[in-house]
Amino acid sequence: MIEASGLTKNYGDKRAVDGLTFSVQPGVVTGFLGPNGSGKSTTMRLILGLDAPTQGDVKVNGKHYRDHIAPLHEVGALLEARSVHTGRSAYNHLLALAQTHGVGKKRVEELIDLVGLHDVARKRAGQFSLGMGQRLGIATALLGDPSTVMLDEPVNGLDPEGIHWIRNLLKQLAAEGRTVFVSSHLMSEMALTAEHLIVIGRGKLIADTSVDAFVRGASKQIVRVRSPQADRLRDMILAADIEITSVEPGVLEVAGLTAEQIGEAAAEHGITLHELTPVQASLEEAFMELTRDDVEFQAVTAAPPEEVAA
Amino acid sequence: MPRLDHAGRVTQLRVAISEWTKLRSVRSTRWSLFTAVLLTIGVPCLIALVTKTHWNTMSPGDQLDRYHNRLALATAGVNISVLAVAVLAVLTITAEYSTGMIRASFTAVPKRLPVLWAKLGVFSLVTFALMLPSVFIAYWANQAILHSHNPPILQAPLSDPGVFRTVIGSAIYLTVVGIFAMSLGAILRNTAGGISAFVAIFFVIPPLMNILPSSWNNAISPYLPDATARSIFQLTHDSGSFAPAPGIAIFLGYCILAIAAAAVLLRRRDT
Repeated sequence: MIEASGLTKNYGDKRAVDGLTFSVQPGVVTGFLGPNGSGKSTTMRLILGLDAPTQGDVKVNGKHYRDHIAPLHEVGALLEARSVHTGRSAYNHLLALAQTHGVGKKRVEELIDLVGLHDVARKRAGQFSLGMGQRLGIATALLGDPSTVMLDEPVNGLDPEGIHWIRNLLKQLAAEGRTVFVSSHLMSEMALTAEHLIVIGRGKLIADTSVDAFVRGASKQIVRVRSPQADRLRDMILAADIEITSVEPGVLEVAGLTAEQIGEAAAEHGITLHELTPVQASLEEAFMELTRDDVEFQAVTAAPPEEVAA
Repeated sequence: MPRLDHAGRVTQLRVAISEWTKLRSVRSTRWSLFTAVLLTIGVPCLIALVTKTHWNTMSPGDQLDRYHNRLALATAGVNISVLAVAVLAVLTITAEYSTGMIRASFTAVPKRLPVLWAKLGVFSLVTFALMLPSVFIAYWANQAILHSHNPPILQAPLSDPGVFRTVIGSAIYLTVVGIFAMSLGAILRNTAGGISAFVAIFFVIPPLMNILPSSWNNAISPYLPDATARSIFQLTHDSGSFAPAPGIAIFLGYCILAIAAAAVLLRRRDT
């Protein structure tokens, strides 16, 4: 359980996190979404007390992180920036961290096996690939059997097998009743694992909602209609808050009406329909739509936004 | 996920054990301590050999000069090995910043200060435990080589006044200077910066004092960190230097100031 209220962080003149208020509940995977540079990593550092908030407050399981007597048992974190001494082996890295909590070698070996680093555990961490580094980071996060697991971009650098493993691990951790808070800049990744979403852009909260509600709420439902009498149909159904675009002759994309309404209108006027398809906006499109104005580093491009999205 | 049957609370002792694991599991520790031991023992042996072979060709004035500084020959290695010890001290903390390890350390111990105390404690113990036998081996080897001259030359038995204190003092010097260097590393959080600051304070500024008017130089120089720390392993002292006890006390004062600054900054700064 993570509770942030009015969380704000300035670095010099720049406001990285701006008045964030949210809570992350146990038992589900909560996705933490935002474009690059939107303040996700900063928020996670604030939760861990690595950075001090300029204003506001954040608590984990009812206390400030630093006030817990066994912090690694409360929160296990994988930060985006590497947090491993490159000259130390994975085994000794984990052992040193475990020892701060009186946790022994058995647990360290257990986690090395769990993340699949058995063969390289005695190698210096500086020689690890990005994927191996991520696995070591995840082992570090799980070391203290934490009730809250917080992972910043965990799939970065993982191979497909690793990504699959992470997805299952996250769901399993949530099913065990833990609070699972996972950041990503990829909506599609969240769609597969998260049930709840916290979306930020430029440090501000944009949405705090379930994944389903997010897709429904953030995007207009579009219905694709194919008809030999498309022009006539367009005139029939056009109204003030209805948007109709035509991507090719004979095909209309209608926003603001359901497929049923369009079908009934067509039947009433004897218009033949060859296709009537509700188009579900993807999570990615919903995300793009929502954060378009909040992207920190927007590419200057001549292409229309729709094509950028695709 | 396998559950943990027991997750204990963070204690100062546990953090110290963790820091011991950290210290022994990187190569820089082994290399710098090996270098420090080698120099501490090797340099006095070399000096003794050179002195022994050239003794009969030296002028009586040179011989007398050697005699007055006879113990300095046995502890001469410390003047160089102090650099290896200081580099390790700085690295112990700055390498955590340069690699990002500090974030993992402060996530495990979010109160932060226990990490600093543990680093200082473990480092001091390891350095003293290693340097104490080294300085005695250096002393004995140096004296044995000089004793093999016929007749024996430049002998300074441990029973002579101040000799025992001076030999132990050279190990104490290495340890406390390491503590000071580690505090510099914690304040500056940067390896190059920490080592540069150390070299400036201990190696660059003292000789620079000679360009000051001599009345200023005489007033300031005895209070410089290196001069005060050195008093612990000098057999004799003159009006321009402190006696061992007040000298080391002043240096410990500098250490406390540096540690306090490091502790305040460690608590306040973002990581």
